[in-house]
Amino acid sequence: MSSKQIYQEVILDHCKKPRNWGKIDNPTHKAEGINPLCGDHIWVTMNVRDDTVDDIQYEGESCAICMASGSMMTTKIKGGSLAAASKLIDDFRALTTGALENTEEKTLGSLSIFSGIRDLPSRVKCAMLPWHTLTAAINSQGEVSTEGDHDPVPGSGTDK
Amino acid sequence: MPQSVVERLNNYHAKEHANIHRGVYQLSERATLEYEDARKKISEFLNARKVEEIIFTRGTTNAINLVANSFGREFFKAGDEIIISYMEHHSNIVPWQMLCEQLGTKLKVVPISDVGELDMSVFGELLNERTKLVAITHVSNVLGTVNPVNEITAMAHDCGAKVLIDGAQSAPHMPVDVQDIDCDFYVFSGHKMCGPTGIGVLYAKMDLLNRMRPYEGGGDMILSVSFDKTLYAEVPAKFEAGTPPIAAAIGLGSAVDYLNNIGMSVIHEYEQSLTKYAMDSLREVSDLKFFGTSPTKSGVISFNVKGIHAHDMGTLLNDYGVAVRTGHHCAQPVMERYKVPATTRASLYLYNTRDDIDVLVESIRKVQKLFN
Repeated sequence: MSSKQIYQEVILDHCKKPRNWGKIDNPTHKAEGINPLCGDHIWVTMNVRDDTVDDIQYEGESCAICMASGSMMTTKIKGGSLAAASKLIDDFRALTTGALENTEEKTLGSLSIFSGIRDLPSRVKCAMLPWHTLTAAINSQGEVSTEGDHDPVPGSGTDK
Repeated sequence: MPQSVVERLNNYHAKEHANIHRGVYQLSERATLEYEDARKKISEFLNARKVEEIIFTRGTTNAINLVANSFGREFFKAGDEIIISYMEHHSNIVPWQMLCEQLGTKLKVVPISDVGELDMSVFGELLNERTKLVAITHVSNVLGTVNPVNEITAMAHDCGAKVLIDGAQSAPHMPVDVQDIDCDFYVFSGHKMCGPTGIGVLYAKMDLLNRMRPYEGGGDMILSVSFDKTLYAEVPAKFEAGTPPIAAAIGLGSAVDYLNNIGMSVIHEYEQSLTKYAMDSLREVSDLKFFGTSPTKSGVISFNVKGIHAHDMGTLLNDYGVAVRTGHHCAQPVMERYKVPATTRASLYLYNTRDDIDVLVESIRKVQKLFN
């Protein structure tokens, strides 16, 4: 699949109309995500009650891949359990880095469009940043960077 | 890479591969001659006074680090000042910062204007008797600005400071005469001028090379070694410890032949005309903003299109067969100066044509359409 197709089919739709866009006032969980190499800077805020994600919002400045990934992430996470969120984070990471078998991609539904990112290794970090930030919010880490100790895909950056 | 350079490298690897400056067998003697012949070609390419003023390095970065360590660490002290500029590549910033941390030397930075030119009046004000070195790029790798290196060198010399010119973006694109510039150091890389990776050059004036300490110790840089005292070899061997990148040096010599056959003035004029065509064509694209619009501009064209992140632009242009660099171009202070996280950069060279520019412009418009 060409990059153009990836952009056309899903990414641009979410870029133009990002879902769950904004910041929750007084959230139970929140985190800030930064990719210093691209200048991406995002926020994830959540209200979690009895282990269920009642609400999740996403906001920030980033490239289209990061923005669409964040928008789609919120639609998948909202209303589900924290355990389901953690599982989805792992699956999405496996999907974008190419570690996932094709058959498993089906469980990711519309997110499987991001499997094309594995052919663009320098953009994996863009797709991963919202998920990385979600992990930080769940763990209440506060702020994460793609260049920190918790780098989800060490060594995939190309811009030094 | 030109076919002639590829063939030269192939031939070396297939038929001439041997270590230099040691074997008495014919293969080694031949490799030594070819390696030293490449040095001669480069000294003529830069119009150096002596062949020995050419030191082979791994690249521009390695050459600057050599100067920082062998010259800076030897002759600078706490309170001395080094002047660089806002438009330097990280490789002409970080080695000096590291040196300043070690010695207590101070780093001064010449600001740049909105069109991307050095503020020469501030440069004049920063120069003083404490200035020991001015390290400035000849051509900005983001903005394309060609800096007035002759004037910079003359002003620095008036204050007793030495001058290093980062020629990574000038040596491949225009005639360079180090005697005319009168700079003390000039550095560049092979891979940006039709040569292989892993090879670069440091030119330095002979009296400085004689006074500088070796950068790395090892084989080939010694006259004699004993546990009581080691004597160093003469310049240039003093700065080329260990087995050098022999094939890459010979390949660079071959690239210099290739460029000389066309003529550096011809290449420069062609690129200037192509740059003008590209700037004029891109100016027609709506919502496109240039970074670097100095009238003295080489074929380095940075831009952003409103509403489209540079990385998205780069990824999508690739679909149309257009290869551009996106990101901060190893020059984060430039990004900070113009308040953008990243730019898209089209870099022109002698192999590009007006058709390439047309494809670039057309592809940018297609990407815009996709986003709108």
